[in-house]
Amino acid sequence: MNVVTPFEGIGASLRRKEDFRFLMGRGQYVDDLNRPGQTHAVMLRSPHAHATIDRIDTAAAKAMPGVKAIFVGEDMAAESIGGIPCGWQIHSKDGSPMAEPMHPALALGKVRHVGDPVAVVIAETKAQARDAAEAIIVDYTPLPAVSGTVAALQPDAPQVHEAAPGNLCYDWHIGDKAAQEAAFARAARVVTFETTNNRLVPNAMEPRAAIGDFDSFSGDYTLYTTSQNPHVIRLLMGAFVLHIPESKLRVVAPDVGGGFGSKIYHYAEEAIVTWAAGKVKRPVKWTCERSESFMSDAHGRDHVSAAELALDAEGKILALKVHTLANMGAYLSTFAPCVPTYLYATLLSGVYAMPVIYAEVKAVFTNTVPVDAYRGAGRPEATYLLERLMDVAAAEAGLDKVEFRRRNFIRPDQFPYQTPVALQYDSGDYHSTLAACLETAGWAGFEARRAESKSRKKLRGIGISTYVEACGIAPSAVVGSLGARAGLYEVGTIRVHPTGSVTVLTGAHSHGQGHETTFAQLVADKLGVPTANVDIVHGDTAKVPFGMGTYGSRSLAVGGSAMDKAMDKIITKGKRIAAHLMEASVEDVEFERGTFRVAGTDKTKSLTDISLAAYVPHNYPIDEIEPGLEETAFYDPKNFTYPGGCHICEVEIDPETGRTEVLNFTAVDDVGRVINPMIVEGQVQGGVAQGIGQALLEAAIYDASGQLVSGSFMDYTMPRAGDLPDVGVATHTTLCTHNPLGVKGCGEVGAIGSPPAVMNAVVDALRDYGVRHVEMPATPQKIWGIVNSHRLAAE
Amino acid sequence: MPQVTLTVNDTKHTVEVEARTLLVETLREQLRLTGTHVGCDTSQCGACVVHMGGDSVKSCTILSVQCDGSDITTIEGLAAADGTLHPMQEAFREYHALQCGFCTPGMVMSAIDLVNKHPDGMSEKEIREGLEGNLCRCTGYHNIVKAIAAAQDVMQGRVPELVRAAAE
Repeated sequence: MNVVTPFEGIGASLRRKEDFRFLMGRGQYVDDLNRPGQTHAVMLRSPHAHATIDRIDTAAAKAMPGVKAIFVGEDMAAESIGGIPCGWQIHSKDGSPMAEPMHPALALGKVRHVGDPVAVVIAETKAQARDAAEAIIVDYTPLPAVSGTVAALQPDAPQVHEAAPGNLCYDWHIGDKAAQEAAFARAARVVTFETTNNRLVPNAMEPRAAIGDFDSFSGDYTLYTTSQNPHVIRLLMGAFVLHIPESKLRVVAPDVGGGFGSKIYHYAEEAIVTWAAGKVKRPVKWTCERSESFMSDAHGRDHVSAAELALDAEGKILALKVHTLANMGAYLSTFAPCVPTYLYATLLSGVYAMPVIYAEVKAVFTNTVPVDAYRGAGRPEATYLLERLMDVAAAEAGLDKVEFRRRNFIRPDQFPYQTPVALQYDSGDYHSTLAACLETAGWAGFEARRAESKSRKKLRGIGISTYVEACGIAPSAVVGSLGARAGLYEVGTIRVHPTGSVTVLTGAHSHGQGHETTFAQLVADKLGVPTANVDIVHGDTAKVPFGMGTYGSRSLAVGGSAMDKAMDKIITKGKRIAAHLMEASVEDVEFERGTFRVAGTDKTKSLTDISLAAYVPHNYPIDEIEPGLEETAFYDPKNFTYPGGCHICEVEIDPETGRTEVLNFTAVDDVGRVINPMIVEGQVQGGVAQGIGQALLEAAIYDASGQLVSGSFMDYTMPRAGDLPDVGVATHTTLCTHNPLGVKGCGEVGAIGSPPAVMNAVVDALRDYGVRHVEMPATPQKIWGIVNSHRLAAE
Repeated sequence: MPQVTLTVNDTKHTVEVEARTLLVETLREQLRLTGTHVGCDTSQCGACVVHMGGDSVKSCTILSVQCDGSDITTIEGLAAADGTLHPMQEAFREYHALQCGFCTPGMVMSAIDLVNKHPDGMSEKEIREGLEGNLCRCTGYHNIVKAIAAAQDVMQGRVPELVRAAAE
């Protein structure tokens, strides 16, 4: 019998179902899988940022022990293998489509970034493949390279692609330029601010991996891959690269060890191993080494921006003007073009009532790894720019930074609120999240703590960030009109088995988010089936009808809503079956958590009674209703969802070493309805850790010749336990108004809200030094330099 | 090729290895114990931590030939035969100290050794410092620190059973 006890529905901090296998070493990540007869692939990658390939000599390598095959770009081109496609097309101001140069899976004639794959070696063992890769002789002629975002647009910059003159991908804008100019003309004050949003490496702990498998009898291909969205990979790779119909291509993304965006994209290696498996007629397995990850996983951020804010005499915002350069890297990754446009510039209104905004964005090609969405994707860049600008503007206008924000907030009674940059926010309560965060963080008592720090010769600062973001990117028709080459709905199937257990097939993919628990809670809450009897199936195109995957905090808002819709269909059908069994009119049958009841009577049937009748239809209205109890729903959202909130950070700087210690971090977020508070807290804490990492520690650094200087965990500063504080998390809920669950999304809020809170605290700590701005990351070296130059100037 | 004999999770194995074969390769590829993970190539991330003679070692940084005759415990060897979790595993679950699960085996193995090496218990600050050799990208460490603090009290007999995490 299905009885949900103790309560494990919506709102319960249920411990995770998936934890047992992960804690016992029984997870099944791609590199844990081995196919019978598999071979091993190693990619030979370019050591140059930009070079022509004059000759590749594989003769000696091919003769080495265990080597099965070596392929280069020309081998794939000879079979008309397509380039790696881009999933979003932006049009420039003048209406012309973005420059979209060919991205061959294996380099053809030229390499364009360090790490660009040049050849693949397939051998019996990985060690043999590695040995052979070292024996391949490639003659390169190095070319001048450009790695900097600003440098790419200089008139004499080296050209990355012939098809992109001046290295320009697109020159795009949004908003009303004339209105912006008019507003600036009557402003009492204009505040200017320039900043760089540092390039980051996502660094999910599981390196990417892929196994291609080919059944030469059936002609079926299977790709096992570390992906956040296996159906999208099947679509992109099958249709555009390898020309394999969906019916002959299965993509499996089993347990995936973190993604943060970097595993959304279709990568060259996936196509290479799948194609090569067909060539060598054996499975081909490739596992990325971490040094390879640094030079082949899509990076994040990398914006250079200038902003101007026009204020009236009372400190109300009149208009915002923004100019941003965004680095795309050497090729366009799957979603890259939409990140600095529709995921960035559309968020520039933030939580503020801004009458006018005008933003221009130029995207450029450089000789660096492609840049794409990384946790937050565009929204952290917008939030950082705006929230640092708000602090700078408050200081210049002589206003309290909290009061300045409050004065410009969108009020609760203004929702739905139409911004001047396309979005319509459905709900939010920024005054309440602000008030709760100020209270929890002890904002009022800060000056006493600062004085105490000063007595120990330490510099204490406090910083605030109030933000909104946009999740569950949709509806399909709208994103299509903005350049998306896919729909952005989600799919859910609810399969009620004959004896009442439930299998859920979802197009969303879990790689840390805990879907196997949260989604089971949705079923427990609505259908009354205990979570132990609910299995969540995801990550396999052969099992799940379709799906768009997990990114942009969309799994619950879009995928959960699809499941909810499918459960509605189950209930509707169940009521008809129940009406028949109880000899009642269907209009009189009610359903609540597992029980069908004839209204106003004690006649009931359990969901199990109904499912059994549906699969064993002896007493069943077979002429009117089909047997079985399984329903699928596609859910296409009506709008984005808009999580928002307030983050407050308190730091202490040691002026002798320049080290910044985060003492307290408080987040009060409105993520809509919370299904599992424990998981939401964990998501926010993890996001905040990545935000603190961006603010204080992390930077992907290229030198002028295009070499990635920070290319390992020895050089790229990942946040460690000792670098981070406890993160206090609370939620304040306003419901999303347009999806059935009222949920907004919690996966990215931490990474979006936190960097400006940290940097506002750092600048606040240095306020006696007259510091207006510090660029991320605020490393000890940088801070020590600021403190020391001030000290020297004072002497 | 050299032969080495290892006792892994109380089972004796004799395997042929290349001189360059790493312990983690023997565990994952020859013994098919895939719970031990490889997250980097510079000994930084700690996803590969196992116990050798009771001490935590990074199995990506030790050659299999160096392990001849040694006694190894991996994540697969922690829980009791009936499936009862080790207190550290139980605490990780109770405190939501894992998300994607990839760093988890190494994190749990490091944490157990850390607790064993500090019989009088550690402060949360000491736990954070003790985790220097393990990277997690998902959790921000907050819940990992709480889990280790709770597990050490059970492992060191200060409390009879795991203290439940914060009220629901």
